[in-house]
Amino acid sequence: MDYFDILISILGSAIRLSVPLLFTALAGLFSERAGIFDIGLEGKMLASAFASACVAYWTGNAWLGLLAGIGISIVFSLVHGFASITNRGNQIVSGVALNFVAAGLTIVLGQAWFNQGGRTGQVPAEGRFSSIVLPGADAVRDVPIIGPLYANVISGNNILTYIAFLMVPVSWWVLYRTRFGLRLRAVGENPGAVDTAGISVSWLRYRALIVAGFLCGFSGTYLAIAQSAAFINNMSAGKGYIALAALIFAKWKPVPVMLACLLFGFLDAFANFMQGKSVPLLGEVPVQIFQALPYILTCVLLAGFIGIARPPKAGGVPYTKER
Amino acid sequence: MSTASVPLPAWINYGVIPLLNLVLAFFFSGLVVWAIGENPFEALQLLLIGALGRGEGIGFTLFYTTSFIFTGLSVAVAIHAGLFNIGSEGQAYLGGLGAALVALSLDHYVPWYVTMPFAVFGAALFGAACAAIPAWLQAKRGSHIVITTIMFNFIVSSLMNYVLVRVLIVPGKMAPETRTFLPGGQLPKLDWLISMFGGKLGAAPLNFSFLIALVMCFLVWVLIWRTRLGYEMRTLGISPSAASYAGIPYAKIVMITMLISGGLAGMMALNPVMGASARLQIEFVGGAGFVGIAVSLMGRNHPVGIILSALLFGILYQGGAELSFDMPKITRDMIVVIQGMVILFAGALEYMLRPAIVRFYQQAVGGK
Repeated sequence: MDYFDILISILGSAIRLSVPLLFTALAGLFSERAGIFDIGLEGKMLASAFASACVAYWTGNAWLGLLAGIGISIVFSLVHGFASITNRGNQIVSGVALNFVAAGLTIVLGQAWFNQGGRTGQVPAEGRFSSIVLPGADAVRDVPIIGPLYANVISGNNILTYIAFLMVPVSWWVLYRTRFGLRLRAVGENPGAVDTAGISVSWLRYRALIVAGFLCGFSGTYLAIAQSAAFINNMSAGKGYIALAALIFAKWKPVPVMLACLLFGFLDAFANFMQGKSVPLLGEVPVQIFQALPYILTCVLLAGFIGIARPPKAGGVPYTKER
Repeated sequence: MSTASVPLPAWINYGVIPLLNLVLAFFFSGLVVWAIGENPFEALQLLLIGALGRGEGIGFTLFYTTSFIFTGLSVAVAIHAGLFNIGSEGQAYLGGLGAALVALSLDHYVPWYVTMPFAVFGAALFGAACAAIPAWLQAKRGSHIVITTIMFNFIVSSLMNYVLVRVLIVPGKMAPETRTFLPGGQLPKLDWLISMFGGKLGAAPLNFSFLIALVMCFLVWVLIWRTRLGYEMRTLGISPSAASYAGIPYAKIVMITMLISGGLAGMMALNPVMGASARLQIEFVGGAGFVGIAVSLMGRNHPVGIILSALLFGILYQGGAELSFDMPKITRDMIVVIQGMVILFAGALEYMLRPAIVRFYQQAVGGK
């Protein structure tokens, strides 16, 4: 039973660690399927974490924090759109720029407003998303296997976690079952055809970026006021890039995105658990291997050794109407 | 009529437009300074005095400039072949391991000028090795080089973390770094260069690698504009299909370009590792690889432009550090904001002003 308890605790933390990845990867899914590369996910996540922590600290209201996080993330998305859609600039350069602006601005403003070395103030309890105990969690706790799984892994998360997993079928439905989704996917493959059909490529791509900003706002908010209770200097710590890796690993499809995020979250949780422990026969396995594993797996996938990852065809190419 | 195809004279394309973009970037950065309640003009003045006011400041400025020249060249070489190498950061990090291994094994036995060529080679070799797999993936498997180089930044970061924490750490010490190199493994400081202009270098770590960086600028210029390989690289960069029809081997050029790019990034490590701290430290690159992107964009991927824009970023880095002492409300991270703004306006929004300038230019010319 000892091993089972360990497994339960690792699974629980895997879920918690995969939530920000999931929001961000779904955000990337929308923009990349519309043909806009989004390296700036990391920056959006960071900026929204900062905004949500500030607002939640000032107002003591978690939902207003979420709103601020989403708002700033959409603003970043729109700047990305202005550069890469309206001005046909390089999408990667624009993303890199936004990452820098977010990384710098959050610390500069944080220091100026809170004077705590880049931290924001401690968000009060009512300004955070606290964990929810699902009905019946205590009743089934003693049922073998299913009980602890329900009580400790599925129940006891905060509302954003459930929204994250709800967003997976919603994203699937939007992308594959609505007119907007069909057009969005088409514009990422062949914008010329969409334009010929009389639909504005720019407006469609802008909308895709707004959706991406919306979803990414949740991930930053989750980091700042659900997982912790303040914004901390460089809080996203490369999670935006892991999410990007997960998106590629999932071959730009919603349900595999969730599985990839869970896998990468699990690796992270497992690495934390393995820290300083030794494995029979192997001795102590360096944690760094687990940290590098998501990136290595993605490269192996990109090399074409696990199926083929085929990106949207028009990705990264600014659309120019005929002159 | 569309304005995108109207040709503009070179002095507008390479002078006026980049300058205006730079002004915009500084304007928005100034807004941030103003928003946190400081005077932007005073801040700019303090920044310039901090960077250029004294010999020591100039030494620090040129020290940062050195690193940025290397990473800027690295990015530029790749861009000429149409490849976006975002992995200069990781390549420089691994290059540090190459330089450190050479320094650690030779510093007991030979003087610095014997160690140096081996260290240059070692750093370049490790940097190139780090670029090799993404290059191969791009050349042979068609994986996007941007994604793979990002992945490699993280892989190298984990690897170096392991190497420094477990392998190269000095037994009994807490800090994850190698032992200090003896003078045989260090690059000499350039006191004479500063004293030539009547200043004093002081504690500034400006060192011999500055001269190596300048030599590399010349070599890159020769490579890109005076060799057959450079011609093939530029052809590939401008039009992959034309390159293919001309019989230029895609895979080979991609591999060679990325190895050179990685090698240049790797050499950046000479500056902080062997020139300044005389040991390999964790996270010593500190974002210089990403600054290289801004430097290359600002400098229009030309070595002369790269030297100038590396100098600009050197001034920002050194001046920003001084500024944060004088105006505690503005932290060093203000540089990161300015850097982001520069990349945004000089890179992503590079063409934003062009239509307006074209109209203005046509009116001015037509009015004569």
